[in-house]
Amino acid sequence: MSALLATDVAAVQEAVRAGRPLLPVAGGTQTATHPDPAGPVRALDVSGLRGVVDYDPAELTFTARAGTPLAEIDAMLASHGQHLPFDPPRLGEGATLGGAVAAGVSGPNGFAAGVRDFVIGVRFVDGSGRLAMGGGKVVKNAAGFDLPKLMAGSLGRLGVMVELSLKVFPRPAATATVRFPTAGLPAGLAAIAALARGPVPVSALDLTPDGAVTARIGGDAGLIEVRAERLARSIEPRGEPLAPAAESAHWEEARRFAWVGADERLVVVPAAPRRVLALDADLHRRGLHRRYGLAANVAWIAWPQAEPAAELSDLLAAQAASGVVLTGPPLPEPLIGAATGGAFARRIAAALDPAGIFAGSAPAAGGAR
Amino acid sequence: METADLFTELRSLGLGERLLTGDAQLAAFGSDALTAFHQRPLAVAVVESAAEVAAVVRLCHRRAVPFVARGSGTSLSGGSLPVGEGIVIALNRLDRVLSVDPDARTAVVEPGVINLAVSAAAAPHGLAYAPDPSSQSVCTIGGNLAFNSGGAHCLKHGMTSNHVLGLCVVLPDGEVVDLGGDSTEHVGPDWTAMFSGCEGLFGIAIEATLRLVPIPESVRTALAVFDSLERAGDAVAAIVGAGLVPVAMEIMDPLAIEAAEASVSPGYPRGGALLIVELEGEEEVVEGELAAVEGLLRDCGCAEMRTTADPDERALIWKGRKSAFSAVGWLSPDYIVQDGVVPRTRLGEALREIERLGAERGIRVANVFHAGDGNLHPLILFDGREAGAVERAEELAAEILALCVELGGSITGEHGVGVEKREYMKLMFSAADLALMEDVRAAVDPGRLANRGKMLTPPPPAASRSAAAA
Ligand SMILES: Cc1cc2nc3c(=O)[nH]c(=O)nc-3n(C[C@H](O)[C@H](O)[C@H](O)COP(=O)(O)OP(=O)(O)OC[C@H]3O[C@@H](n4cnc5c(N)ncnc54)[C@H](O)[C@@H]3O)c2cc1C
Repeated sequence: MSALLATDVAAVQEAVRAGRPLLPVAGGTQTATHPDPAGPVRALDVSGLRGVVDYDPAELTFTARAGTPLAEIDAMLASHGQHLPFDPPRLGEGATLGGAVAAGVSGPNGFAAGVRDFVIGVRFVDGSGRLAMGGGKVVKNAAGFDLPKLMAGSLGRLGVMVELSLKVFPRPAATATVRFPTAGLPAGLAAIAALARGPVPVSALDLTPDGAVTARIGGDAGLIEVRAERLARSIEPRGEPLAPAAESAHWEEARRFAWVGADERLVVVPAAPRRVLALDADLHRRGLHRRYGLAANVAWIAWPQAEPAAELSDLLAAQAASGVVLTGPPLPEPLIGAATGGAFARRIAAALDPAGIFAGSAPAAGGAR
Repeated sequence: METADLFTELRSLGLGERLLTGDAQLAAFGSDALTAFHQRPLAVAVVESAAEVAAVVRLCHRRAVPFVARGSGTSLSGGSLPVGEGIVIALNRLDRVLSVDPDARTAVVEPGVINLAVSAAAAPHGLAYAPDPSSQSVCTIGGNLAFNSGGAHCLKHGMTSNHVLGLCVVLPDGEVVDLGGDSTEHVGPDWTAMFSGCEGLFGIAIEATLRLVPIPESVRTALAVFDSLERAGDAVAAIVGAGLVPVAMEIMDPLAIEAAEASVSPGYPRGGALLIVELEGEEEVVEGELAAVEGLLRDCGCAEMRTTADPDERALIWKGRKSAFSAVGWLSPDYIVQDGVVPRTRLGEALREIERLGAERGIRVANVFHAGDGNLHPLILFDGREAGAVERAEELAAEILALCVELGGSITGEHGVGVEKREYMKLMFSAADLALMEDVRAAVDPGRLANRGKMLTPPPPAASRSAAAA
């Protein structure tokens, strides 16, 4: 079906009140989460709801309409020496702020800084067409339910976000990357555990299935080389710092997930270090491309588009793991693997979307599958 | 009669003597740290297992009896105030740290664990639990997560909900569900974060998976004296503006300093305002940042400065700061502590206005606050024995909250809404926002049994019907 277009909040409300199933889309980069053009659910294009509403660099917060491109926000923050510390994946030119929050996943440089930790306020239209607000514009706020954090990962299934407030952090003046030639996954996991607990705080800690570990640090330009050397020596076998050009290219590619093939889907699966070995054995058996990031707190999996996503869903469920499919052709249910939230999820989804406008043909977001 | 039945049933769940019903037994549970409110509950169930929590909640649900979870009862907003026709579920005995995973830097704990006990269990692994409310030696993780509690060191590390990865919760009808997990990442809506900060309205957490952080290699604490609060506030803005992220930035005014000295003698330098700045991390990095901070403090007119890396001196500095609320008892028989937030660039303005409002009423206000994130804690001093004193203090408190919202902030940064600030939710949220929150609450808990009367104002019966029909 053709997409509906909304360039202001009233149009979003009107579209929702029409009472037929729809899902918000914006930048068009997380295609697996979009409605199938041939299906009964219509896309509500909110990319016209864009623009920064408020940014006070001294406050380290900003408010922007949900359809604002991440590139615009990156540039704005960079010009004041700030950034989004959760490093949302940049899966294409058009990626938007709302899309980043709706996906709710961090990029490779988001170690110890989840999306939810930086979303402080949200305005959204719920399934009844009501415009409501949660949170606020200050960095600390305990008033009312934490709807801003709830929206992190909601994939447009709990409401159409129209405006978001986020807190930001200073952007490190310089960065450095150290690669460790660890051999084998168990050794790689041990290296990660040691580095994550070590004295040099890292912003990224990646692991490939062969056990190689890549760590990144950021900070003052004057100290960065000494610190990188210290990090490199902190475990055995010692690592080697990458040349500056190679290091920025490496992470630029990593946040675009350039290693995921054009005929593959990017699937993000939360993990924990002690669960990685068993998961990796299964993924290896299927011959899948994969990487582990954020100190083995996430598995990034490339799943062939030609294979049914349900197979990966079963594989994950058997490991008690859940995942979100971000790219590739639309899926009726991009959340795969073990269901999250149970009855709590179903009840909240029922309150925010009683008629199932956003649930489309799939069961309510996060509900039992 | 009915009450007797309820007691019999509760006892038969295995509570036996652990069901408290006598006046003397109940007296200790009638209030939390906001002692202006008091309510005798029907009974207190002192549970000893997660299964018992679920069984008691199921029984409450079946009999439509309201219940209030209680950790240590240190809520400053009446969050753990009992409901008269309901029971209190006391969770203090669920106080085990179930496991620590040093490689993943996580801990699994029961809800009645004392905040500091988590750090104690993590310390042998070189790890700590970051959120540090001043009440951390007595308050529980369950209370912390229900209120999304903060503390001085949340400036860098974030609040409680930033450190809760997974939960096992008993919903208000007794159904047990797992939310989140053991990863820092999650997919699907963040149900864990939604439960955190719910003030007990979504049920009772019976297990939590917490994130731990490495104990830093180096910590430096600077004490800086300014001739006015406003100058100290400007220094905070300058530090934030320079791209530095100290782990804590706290301000105390002369009254708060006087109180701290009277109670634990931290030996603070005296002046118009004291700013505590703490930096942590790698040795060389901290040294460089400290030099930068010292420069900024001087530029902002700092009159006297002292820095230390000595653990004992640092402990005393923080003991003074963290004792400030209770220490105010040395200055005044009664006080109300407020918890509003303002944008941090408007701190100076807010403080000036609070001073003016206090002076107008002839009420003394002590200020001690998390300056780095704009979270004020004005302590309004009064003597409850004087006629009208409580009312005057409450009026001032209301004006301060309105001021915070007007400046673009919040009515509470970390103490929660509870019963105390329920009426002020209207200042921040529209009727539609509040109706949506009520709908969410009613969907999770149609009988409104869990912590009834807190955070949200109960809708009039007619309104609730139409909301349900909408
Ligand atoms: C001297 C003093 C200093 C303080 N300093 C700070 C500070 O720096 N920062 C700060 O944030 N707060 C501070 N507080 C407030 C208070 O300590 C915190 O709100 C704390 O988190 C409450 O913990 P508690 O165990 O006492 O919870 P309680 O008071 O027993 O309960 C608090 C709320 O949590 C609910 N609850 C308790 N356990 C559970 C559970 N398992 N599941 C669901 N709901 C539950 C209760 O129903 C209630 O609504 C201070 C209080 C005092 C008295």
